[in-house]
Amino acid sequence: MAKLKLRNVVKRFGDITVCNGVNLDVDDGQMVCLIGASGAGKSTLLRCINLLEHTEDGEIFLDGEDIAVPGLNPQAARKKIGMVFQNFNLFPHMTALENVMLAPRRVYKKSRTDIEAEVVSLFNRFGLADRMENYPDQLSGGQQQRVAIIRALAMRPEVILFDEITSALDPQLVGEVLDVLLELKKQGMTMVLATHEMQFARQTADKICFLKDGEIIEEGPPDQIFDAPTQAATKEFLMRVLK
Amino acid sequence: MIATTSTVLVLVALIVLVPMTPGWEKVQKSFFNGPILIKTFPKLIEAFKLNVMIFLWSAPMIAILGLLVALARNAKSPAMFPLRILGATFTDVFRGVPVILTVYLIGFGIPGLGLPRPWNSPYIWGSIALILTYSAYVAEIFRAGIDSVHPSQRAAALSLGLSEQQVMREVVLPQAVRNVVPSQMNMLIALQKDVSLLSFIGPVEIFRQAGVFKSLMANFTPYVGAAIIFLLVTIPATRYADYLMERQSRERS
Repeated sequence: MAKLKLRNVVKRFGDITVCNGVNLDVDDGQMVCLIGASGAGKSTLLRCINLLEHTEDGEIFLDGEDIAVPGLNPQAARKKIGMVFQNFNLFPHMTALENVMLAPRRVYKKSRTDIEAEVVSLFNRFGLADRMENYPDQLSGGQQQRVAIIRALAMRPEVILFDEITSALDPQLVGEVLDVLLELKKQGMTMVLATHEMQFARQTADKICFLKDGEIIEEGPPDQIFDAPTQAATKEFLMRVLK
Repeated sequence: MIATTSTVLVLVALIVLVPMTPGWEKVQKSFFNGPILIKTFPKLIEAFKLNVMIFLWSAPMIAILGLLVALARNAKSPAMFPLRILGATFTDVFRGVPVILTVYLIGFGIPGLGLPRPWNSPYIWGSIALILTYSAYVAEIFRAGIDSVHPSQRAAALSLGLSEQQVMREVVLPQAVRNVVPSQMNMLIALQKDVSLLSFIGPVEIFRQAGVFKSLMANFTPYVGAAIIFLLVTIPATRYADYLMERQSRERS
C-alpha cells in the first residue's frame, strides 16, 4: 500500500487553478521528485499535502487515511509529515538547538532532557555539533537549511516534503544539503521533493513526476523520463533545463 | 562646520534679540524668575512622584490590555468573530475620542455613580481612562507588529505540528513584540506626559501643583519648572527610543 496517495487534488486561488486534479502515489521509503517550470504547481502541491493550503477537491491519503477531510484538525497529520522550505524559515529569535527542540517539547510535551540526546546526535550526524548555540543569522545558508532539516527530523516524521530547498543557496553550498538528502534516503525516509536539481533527481529519485499547469502529465523512473520522455511538453522542458 | 556656524548665529540672535523686545522684562520676571524657581522646584519634584506612580501602575496594564485587544482583533476562526468586532470597536472608540474627553467622562462620570470608597477615587478612574485610551493605540502597534512577521514563519511552525495558539505564543509574538519595542517606547513617553491630564479631575500632580504656585505667587515660573522636570525625563527616554529604532533598522538592512 502506498504511504502517501493523492487522488484528484484540486487547489484554486480565485480563478486560477494551481493544482488541477493531481494523482500521486508515494511508496514507503521512496524518493519522489516533482519537476517542472516555475508556477507549474510543485510548491502548492507540497503545501496541500501538509494541509497548509485547503484543497477544493480530492483526497490525500496517509497510510490509507484521508487527511484532507474538511473540518479535521490538521495537526495530527502535520506531526507525521515534515516539511523543509526554500528559505529555511528558521525562527530567528531562537538558537539552532531551540529551533529543533521547540516542536517536540510543545507538541509531545517532552522535557528538554528527554530529547536532548536524540537532538544532539542529529546535530552530530549532520556536522553541526559546534553550531547548536548559534542563532540563524550566524549560520551560512547551507547550515541553516541543514538545521531546518534536523528540525523536521526531530518530530520523527513518516514523510518529509522538501520545497526547492537548495534554490536559495549559493552554488557551493548546494552539495552539503543534497548530501543530507542522500543520507536520509539511505535510511529509508519517504520523501517528496520539488526540485530544479535535475542531476540529483536523476541519480537519486525512485520516481520523477513532471508537472505542467497544475497537472502531473508524465511520471516514471528517472531513466525513462530523462532518456525517453513521451510527452512533447516534458521533452521541451528537459531540453531547456539540461541544454 | 556650516552646522556649527548656523547654530552659533541662531543662538546669538536669540540671546541678543529676544531681550530687545518691549515686553521682555515683564516676561522674564513672570516666567523666568530665579528665586521663585528655586523655591518651588523641590515641591514640584515632590508632586512629580505622583505622576511617576500613576505612570508606573498604568503602563503594565496598558501593555496587557493592548496585547489582549491586538490578539482579539487578530483571531482568525469564525467563532471568534464577535471578539474581533469587540476589539475593533474598542480601538475605534478610544482612538477616536480626545484623551482629555475620555478622562473627563470616565473620571467624573463613574465616581458620580456614588460608588463606595475607594471606588469613587479620581486616581483610579483617571488612570483607567488613560489605560483605555493608550491600550487602543498600543493594540494597533502590536497588531502591526504581528502583521510584520512573515507568513512563512507561521507556515514553518504549523508544519511542525504546533497548534495555532502555540504558533502565536512561541513564534509570532516574540518576533512581533521585538519589532515594535521602539514604537512602544514612544507611547510610554507620550503617556508620561499625558498623566498630567488627570489634574483636570482632581489629583494634585505636577501640573496642578505648578498651577497652585502660580496662583499663590502670581507668577508663571512654576510652569517652566514643571516643563524642565518633564524634559529631564523625556529627553533621555526619547534618545533611547531613537537609539533602539536606529539599531533595529541597522539589523534589518
